Amino acid sequence: MPSAPAVTGGDSRVWRDRGGRVAAHTFLIAAVIALAGPFLWELLTSFKTLAESTKVPPTVLPEDWHGDNYGEALTGIPMWKMLGNSVVNAIVRTLGQLLFCSMAAYAFARLDFPGRRVLFGLFLTVLLVPSQLLVIPQYQIMQDLNLLNTLTAVFLPGMFSAFGTFLLRQFFLALPVELEEAARLDGASPLRIYWSVLLPLARPGLIALGILTMIWSWNDLLWPLIVTTDTANMTLSVGLTSLQGQFQTDYPVLMAGSLLATLPVIAVFVVLQKHVIEGIALSGSKG
Amino acid sequence: MSLPAGAVAMVDEAEAAPVAVADRPTAPGRPRRKRKGRLDRHTGLWAAFFLAPTTIGLGVFYLWPVVQTIYFSFTSWGPFGGHTFIGLDNYEAIFQDPQVGVAARNTLYFAVLGLLGLPVSLVLAATLNRPGRKGVSAYRALIFLPVVTMPAAVAIVWRWLFNGDFGIINSLLGSVGISGTSWLSNPDTALLALAVVGIWSTVGYNMVILMAGLQSIPKQFYEAASLDGAGPVRQFTSITVPLLSPSLFFVSVLSVIGSLQTFDLVYVMIGKTSPALPQTRTIVYLFFEKAFIANDRGYAAALAFVLLLVISAITGLQFWLQKKWVHYA
Repeated sequence: MPSAPAVTGGDSRVWRDRGGRVAAHTFLIAAVIALAGPFLWELLTSFKTLAESTKVPPTVLPEDWHGDNYGEALTGIPMWKMLGNSVVNAIVRTLGQLLFCSMAAYAFARLDFPGRRVLFGLFLTVLLVPSQLLVIPQYQIMQDLNLLNTLTAVFLPGMFSAFGTFLLRQFFLALPVELEEAARLDGASPLRIYWSVLLPLARPGLIALGILTMIWSWNDLLWPLIVTTDTANMTLSVGLTSLQGQFQTDYPVLMAGSLLATLPVIAVFVVLQKHVIEGIALSGSKG
Repeated sequence: MSLPAGAVAMVDEAEAAPVAVADRPTAPGRPRRKRKGRLDRHTGLWAAFFLAPTTIGLGVFYLWPVVQTIYFSFTSWGPFGGHTFIGLDNYEAIFQDPQVGVAARNTLYFAVLGLLGLPVSLVLAATLNRPGRKGVSAYRALIFLPVVTMPAAVAIVWRWLFNGDFGIINSLLGSVGISGTSWLSNPDTALLALAVVGIWSTVGYNMVILMAGLQSIPKQFYEAASLDGAGPVRQFTSITVPLLSPSLFFVSVLSVIGSLQTFDLVYVMIGKTSPALPQTRTIVYLFFEKAFIANDRGYAAALAFVLLLVISAITGLQFWLQKKWVHYA
């Protein structure tokens, strides 16, 4: 790595800077090993045979790369079906939140209607309630609607979000009012203004909310675990727990299954990394 | 997912904005009053149209359930779903149930251990945030990876790392002469092992929030300190930490709230029959067992409500303590 020339200061300064840089990178690399290392170990183990995985001391690289674990993980649970369920769950929740939250956010940010403060206050109380407080009644509702053990029950409550409304409202508030006034002078309705003026301008906010919703929908465990009992209706995160029950001690298969379940979200993260991290920094909280 | 009291702090700041925006157009002499009047008649209808989906959804699935849970907490459930009103009996039972006491202690212990991850996040954020640091986005992405990975999958991987006989952690410890244990089935170490995974999965999240906070500290402070001969450590303790205290406060509140709601890790890493379950069972795990395995929903509802009160109390305490250490510029 080329060292930046020190403009001022003598040799000691140069040395101190270089020493600091080396120390910093050593620390960062150690952190990366601790934080990303488990994924690497997971990947390597997923290609070992059961016998090799239990060797003491452990081998680092698989002796011969053994792909059967992936086949077993795929057939041990209806992986493709669950993958489909996870995809539908994530997409429906994300699209639902993007549409509904942005509509509500527009009303709160731009329309002056009676009771606005009271209603917004109610939305905010939803933000504060831990999700566990809600699951018994939510379960009852799904039972009453005859939706237990369906994918609809998995995604329905997650289509609405006080957090998303709040986040997008912040975005709309930051957009200039002038554009909207110009559109209004031209006779545009609020619907038109929302759809054609504000939504395109709020793209960064929509992207951030969309990615966060997608990731958290994908990873969610408690709710899908409660409402689904048939493996055919489970999402992958629930399915993994049944894979674990089945292959309790066959760690290479479990590693392969875990990796398959996380690969889509890792792919999304790698491609959209910048937006994910900006979204987190911006929202400062989980959806 | 539930939400961080911090979010509310943000709301208060934002609340000022719409007022300013709304006030501006009504400057005297502008010919907009008439047009606004014409719009007003329809504004209510438009608002209803835009708000209907979310209001109905949140009302049905979030607000009404809060009311119902509170009601359920005063009821006893029969085996076939019927329930009868029993007043405060559930609450009385909760305070006498030794299982609840142990779960509460485990949960609090887990939350305290979780806070130990914050210094790590802080040092990482400060190290990455130095001007001209190479490879920032690669480091940040790799450190952030655990945050976006499915907790159920992560828990399975960590079970393997912590395995007493073949786990890599024990063989690494063995190579420096420390003999490990069956971390997850040993009741003495299981909660500690869960806390390690909890910290591992949130370090990157806290780091990103703290990095955003660091970027708002004016560079001149560091330049001035540097001219005065303050080294990196001194700059860190005298400039970075105090000026970053609002962000540190925010992540510590989030960290505690998150830890108090731990479920996934216990459910996946500690088996239902594990000898370590009593020492790792959290309040939410106990809630899950009562509500959906034992079908004791009234009791579970009361437990959830007690958890809400505890979270509010602890968050309130943190807000009260912030006066002592958080500096707002």
